[in-house]
Amino acid sequence: MTTETIDLKTKLITDFYARESVMNGEAASAFHQKKRAALARFDQLGFPTVRNEEWKYSSVKELVNESYNFNSESNVVLADLEDLKIPEQDANIIYFVNGRYNAELSRMVSSQAQITISSLSEAIKKDPQLVNTYFNELTKESGEGFTELNTAFAQDGIFIHVPDNQTVEHPVILRFVADARTQNVGNQPRNIIAVGRNSHLKMAEAFRTLGSGRSFTNAVTEIYVGEEAGVEYYKVQNESEQAYHIGTTQVRMLARSQFYAGTVTLNGRFTRNNLNIILDGERCEAHMYGLYFPDGTQHVDNHTVADHRKPNSESNELYKGILRDKSKGVFNGKIFVRPDAQKTNAFQSCKNIVLSPEASMNTKPQLEIYADDVKCSHGTTTGQIDEEALFYMRSRGISRPEALSLLMFAFCADVVSQIRIDSIREYLENVIAEKLASK
Amino acid sequence: MLSINDLRASIEGKEILKGINLEVKAGEVHAIMGPNGSGKSTLASVLAGREEYEVTGGSVLFEGKGILEMAPEERAAEGIFLAFQYPVEIPGVTTINFLKTAVNEIRKYRGESPLDAAQFLKMVREKAKLVSMNDSLLKRALNEGFSGGEKKRNEIFQMAVLEPKLAILDETDSGLDIDALRIVAEGVNSLRSPERAAIVVTHYQRLLDYIVPDFVHVLYKGRIVKSGPKELALELEEKGYDWIKAEVEALS
Ligand SMILES: Nc1ncnc2c1ncn2[C@@H]1O[C@H](COP(=O)(O)OP(=O)(O)O)[C@@H](O)[C@H]1O
Ligand SMILES: [Mg+2]
Repeated sequence: MTTETIDLKTKLITDFYARESVMNGEAASAFHQKKRAALARFDQLGFPTVRNEEWKYSSVKELVNESYNFNSESNVVLADLEDLKIPEQDANIIYFVNGRYNAELSRMVSSQAQITISSLSEAIKKDPQLVNTYFNELTKESGEGFTELNTAFAQDGIFIHVPDNQTVEHPVILRFVADARTQNVGNQPRNIIAVGRNSHLKMAEAFRTLGSGRSFTNAVTEIYVGEEAGVEYYKVQNESEQAYHIGTTQVRMLARSQFYAGTVTLNGRFTRNNLNIILDGERCEAHMYGLYFPDGTQHVDNHTVADHRKPNSESNELYKGILRDKSKGVFNGKIFVRPDAQKTNAFQSCKNIVLSPEASMNTKPQLEIYADDVKCSHGTTTGQIDEEALFYMRSRGISRPEALSLLMFAFCADVVSQIRIDSIREYLENVIAEKLASK
Repeated sequence: MLSINDLRASIEGKEILKGINLEVKAGEVHAIMGPNGSGKSTLASVLAGREEYEVTGGSVLFEGKGILEMAPEERAAEGIFLAFQYPVEIPGVTTINFLKTAVNEIRKYRGESPLDAAQFLKMVREKAKLVSMNDSLLKRALNEGFSGGEKKRNEIFQMAVLEPKLAILDETDSGLDIDALRIVAEGVNSLRSPERAAIVVTHYQRLLDYIVPDFVHVLYKGRIVKSGPKELALELEEKGYDWIKAEVEALS
């Protein structure tokens, strides 16, 4: 073996210990000990293969056969990122470039009394105890190599803390930029969002790649939704043809809380999103919306879990996909209803339009119900475009491409209209319209 | 205006239209009647350009241009309109947005500038009034959850907005009560002019009380087997189709 072919796993583990060896007292900290334990689990688990049931249709072979610079510098300026324009005064916008917080680009408008927004690297210095009450508490039993890897290398990302009884008016928008203009880059943002009792927060994570190098993003977000709290969480992926993205969002909801998730994958070479929600209190309401729109040879995989642990809660899920060219989609939606979770309502639906004979979609609803008084329903459809509708529209003078565009846009609208941060929704509408017009 | 010459069409290898000849001049209204399964909808669909049907022979000239090679949207832009026997439901696309796209695509085809929002709305409101179409329907998804009558009225409303030169109505009257029928007829009659023409496919004489045709044709087994003045419709109403079928069988 030459040094160049040292595999990614070995290289990462070696890096970890090399870094550890130059740490001072920090190595003994609770934070580092959690990371160390995660590294050991990553060492055991490794990267998943298609023999792993959860990764059956999504091979990461190509991803792990590349090398990435996880510490690369970048001189990104705002002008490079003008695709998503958000009026200054309307939102807190926090930038992470190649995984690291960028203070120069970021701006915050909300008051410190309402919300703490800080980079994880800063938060762990300022208030390690607070960070440690949350860090890796939701993900410690993930059993997922990528998640353990992220934990082991957790260094930067966002730390948001909303105390009790606050309604944060301005959304928090996190922009993650992978600058692959000069080399292959890796980044592993780690985000912690803790929203207190009866508090309300809207937020978004937007991922973007610059340049034509490969980028590998391995993101983990832990979200704590307090009693009677409400959190809206949107994830927007508009990355490059060379971008690998593995993302896990792990959510725990307490009684009478509400959580809305919108996951929109517009572009990217390989995308895997895990959205895991534990409804850990009575009368919770979880909503999950998803939209994916791959073309070329892109691959998009959404795995979701709604884990009902207490009675009287509701989960509601709608994922939609349009697949073109030779693209592939995967949807796996799990619903668990634990023995205690009587009177659960759980709905799941996944609808797909496959526009080319070479594109494919794999859907798998998975219901595990251990309570008897529950209402659960699920349904998946995968179909072609409705030719009858197309002819109707064309007979009124609308050209075939324009008619297709209208139909597709309408198909997406069920999901897009659920996104209640105006600037994000408008951005999506524009990008989708452009994508539809491009073919 | 429209000149159909020995038109033949088939679907899934089965010949449905077996040599249709029909001449429609500007200003005329032609009624096409005939038993179920005769090929009336097939003829209407072939004229509008439905691609499932294979045209196996003959020609169709519209204002001197051969239309069989044209895409459905080109035919619409040339001025042909088909009111569907079974209008399609299109979730997520509002009637108003759909029509705005249609109007402006047609204007583009004709080299005209698009209507702005205000001009368009004004025009649409007038036409909606003409067919007593409720404003609230315009904002709903096209035909989605509309009653049968609402769908048919929507067809006539779209026709009024698009102002075609040749309107083809495929059983627009079926399933309508007498008030709705009158409204549909008024919509059609309001478009009647020396420059326009209409082909009205119907089962029933009663629509023809309101839209008085210049000619009546009977389509049977893929051919026009009888043509006559408007009185032919009355005769068919009275005697049914058996005598025509008998005449055809006797000849063959
Ligand atoms: N899509 C189709 N596939 C197969 N056969 C069809 C199709 N459409 C029409 N036909 C057949 O063509 C014939 C004529 O149908 P149609 O034009 O609908 O008649 P009409 O409108 O006069 O009742 C019928 O025998 C019908 O079964
Ligand atoms: Mg018919």
